[in-house]
Amino acid sequence: MFTTPLRKLRIRIAAHPLLYRFLASPITMLATFLGAAMILAAFLAPFLAPQDPFDPAALDLLNSLLPPSWQEGGDAGYLLGTDDQGRDLFSAILYGTRTSLIVGGVSVSIAVLIGLFLGLIAGYFGGLLDAVIMRIVDIQMTFPSIMVALLIDGVSRGILPAEQHDRLAIFVIIFALSLSIWPQVARTVRASTMVQRQRDYVLAAQVIGIPSPLILVRHILPNVLGPILVIATINLGVAILGEATLSFLGVGIPASEPSLGTLIRIGNGFLFSGERWLIIFPGMTLALMVLSVNLVGDWLRQELDPKLR
Amino acid sequence: MPRWTLALSLASATFLSAFGPAAANELRFASQGDLVSLDPYAVEEVFTSGFLGNVYEGLVRRAPDLTIEPALAERWENVSPTQWRFHLRKGVTFHDGSPFTADDVIFSAERVRSGASDFKNRLPAGIEVVKVDDFTVDFVTKEPNPILNFTWANWYIMSKSWAEANKVAPPTKGGDTENFATLHENGTGPYKVDKREPGIRTTLEAFPQWWGNADKKGNVDKVTYTPVPNPATRVAGLLSAQLDVVFPIPVQDIKRLEAAPNVGVIAGPEVRTMYLSMNQWKDMLPGSGLEGVNPLKDRRVREAIYRAIDINAIRDRIMRGQATPSALMVAPGVNGFTDTIKRYEYDPAKAKALLAEAGYPDGFSMTYQCSNDMYVNDEATCLAISSMLAKVGVTAKPNIQPRAKYLESVTAPSMDFGLAILGTTPASLDSHIALNSLHMCPRTAADRPLWNKDDLSKIVAGKSNFGGYCNPEIDKLADAILKETDTAKRNELITQAWTITTNDVAYIPLHQTWAAWGIAKSAKVERRADNVFDWRHVTLGK
Repeated sequence: MFTTPLRKLRIRIAAHPLLYRFLASPITMLATFLGAAMILAAFLAPFLAPQDPFDPAALDLLNSLLPPSWQEGGDAGYLLGTDDQGRDLFSAILYGTRTSLIVGGVSVSIAVLIGLFLGLIAGYFGGLLDAVIMRIVDIQMTFPSIMVALLIDGVSRGILPAEQHDRLAIFVIIFALSLSIWPQVARTVRASTMVQRQRDYVLAAQVIGIPSPLILVRHILPNVLGPILVIATINLGVAILGEATLSFLGVGIPASEPSLGTLIRIGNGFLFSGERWLIIFPGMTLALMVLSVNLVGDWLRQELDPKLR
Repeated sequence: MPRWTLALSLASATFLSAFGPAAANELRFASQGDLVSLDPYAVEEVFTSGFLGNVYEGLVRRAPDLTIEPALAERWENVSPTQWRFHLRKGVTFHDGSPFTADDVIFSAERVRSGASDFKNRLPAGIEVVKVDDFTVDFVTKEPNPILNFTWANWYIMSKSWAEANKVAPPTKGGDTENFATLHENGTGPYKVDKREPGIRTTLEAFPQWWGNADKKGNVDKVTYTPVPNPATRVAGLLSAQLDVVFPIPVQDIKRLEAAPNVGVIAGPEVRTMYLSMNQWKDMLPGSGLEGVNPLKDRRVREAIYRAIDINAIRDRIMRGQATPSALMVAPGVNGFTDTIKRYEYDPAKAKALLAEAGYPDGFSMTYQCSNDMYVNDEATCLAISSMLAKVGVTAKPNIQPRAKYLESVTAPSMDFGLAILGTTPASLDSHIALNSLHMCPRTAADRPLWNKDDLSKIVAGKSNFGGYCNPEIDKLADAILKETDTAKRNELITQAWTITTNDVAYIPLHQTWAAWGIAKSAKVERRADNVFDWRHVTLGK
């Protein structure tokens, strides 16, 4: 009959269940939009930020502790006010979000790679290999992730000279976080792999003599990716929080190169004295970011997990 | 894992359970770090030796106004200009019940000069300590020394019999290796240690046999000390009445505390002078990457760094007015202080010109060591100076560490810094000790340029001179000051010495910070300008 492009689009959306459900859930849409906007803003920080907070020469002590621009005594040049060093808080949050996202994203990616690899071979080959890998996973899981991270940080401080440690701090954190996340990935991948291994299509592939690595990559991997996507998203929030916690405790990113956690730690020192913007804005940014990541992760879990549907 | 991170997380996580309810007249106080050791000769540091002053006692002590008063010595006199006679107090007992006699003084005089004791300069070289009878001791010096007992208020007397029975070894630097005295004490002071849990808490109780109990002014029976590294946590503990005395209070919180109904704040300048030490010693400046040159050996470069720092902005912004900029390495109130010497004016343009003249038009970089739990707003001051130096082209990226790690990097033998932020309090309240330990050439022999850890026991002068400032003229002047008995002449020599070190830009003095103590309204405390907390003068009310 009468088909407009819009109706065509509706039909196509309706044909694609995930996209359809996505558009049917306004909260998920909002979270995705918020998360995407924050990620975009963070990565465009060098263009958006009025000041480079990493450059000590750009800071002027005489501009320190200015309130947000809409408050009395605020300066229009410093939208969210300044910290005790005269650093523009808005710029610092943009750059800090970037640091947090990079740390979170990279450590989750590493964890997923390790977890996928070990989980696939453990689940597919079984036997002794499986036992060894899974015992390592069990041991690793008994340690709270924050403790693992503190331990690694302490050891690295012991063996690296101070300056080098500062330069390598971000890698130390990434290493520590990925080390604490990979066991979850490995465990899930192993379970899914064990289910897939018994399926007819895998048996058929084995019968016609396709080598094991190829079966793993071509046939099993695509079928275990769903749960991984969920775990990765939820752990992204965990990793961002982990980085913030470590930096808050003063063992993470050094104070001269703020991450969100470092900014919150600095703001914490001004809790009682009235300069509340120093903790409110970085804290809100962190909360919103983790919230939107978790909402998307939760939605993905609901959609992709057949048991919950 | 560094102990402080644990302490920090514990302190914030289990805050409510960390402080129990107060017993009768229990003084609960918190500061930022724990005491380094119970061994009174292990490390000369204001907090540790001040704390131990409640447990141990010296022959003399200081009153709240810092005047010298008798303690274990009842009185003393000069038999001749080089012979001091000390009459010891009778009827004093150590915490283990053994009596205090001249033998303990002789033993303490030996131990304080043994091993890597940090208090060696309490007894000048060549001094002889002679027992006259059980309650009289003579100190015979080679040269007349008018300020011999000025530094003795924290040279504490240890028990000979106790030390020998427990095989207490000579002190080691910073308490590196433990001996029996690291975790146990046996002093004569008004309080004895009940339980010591390093990094967690230390509890003490009043010593009933203390000789001064009859006219003790305060009423504290029990003391609980908890190190709380996080300033906001400390303030919260005070506001919620879980702590009675808290120091230091972050300067930004003073207003808020003054407005609170149940607490008060006492603030005033300290006698501690904050300064920047510049490494003029090593042939290669740490962190510079420059081969075989150390820009800081050049006086012009040191002046450039001095002029790049806007000390008034630091006072107004970082310290919120609670600091007194200083031109000297000693504070007003220290003998020999003079206001005739002025600071080099803040002048970034001149600083740039000086750097260019010295051959560094594009600046240079260096290692910059800072602490974050030792001084008032040390981390913020450190970052501010770093950004001021960046404006004249000098890259000094701060390496901010907690106390123990920080001291390890800055002190001998590593001395891994180009620039380091430190504080100094002259124990004698006289300029000589600041000249002696910070400005005299730190050598063990004329031909040895650098001392290392093994030489520590031989070092007599320049023990804290980690930057390696060395000017033979100062060495001569310092010796002359030590021997001069005429006060006017002596002060003239001191002024002369300060003029030379200022012209040399030996150090960059920053300011005297004001110390702010938060005190519950129910407690009455006398704050000493040297920041030593003397519990004898604390009165707790209901």
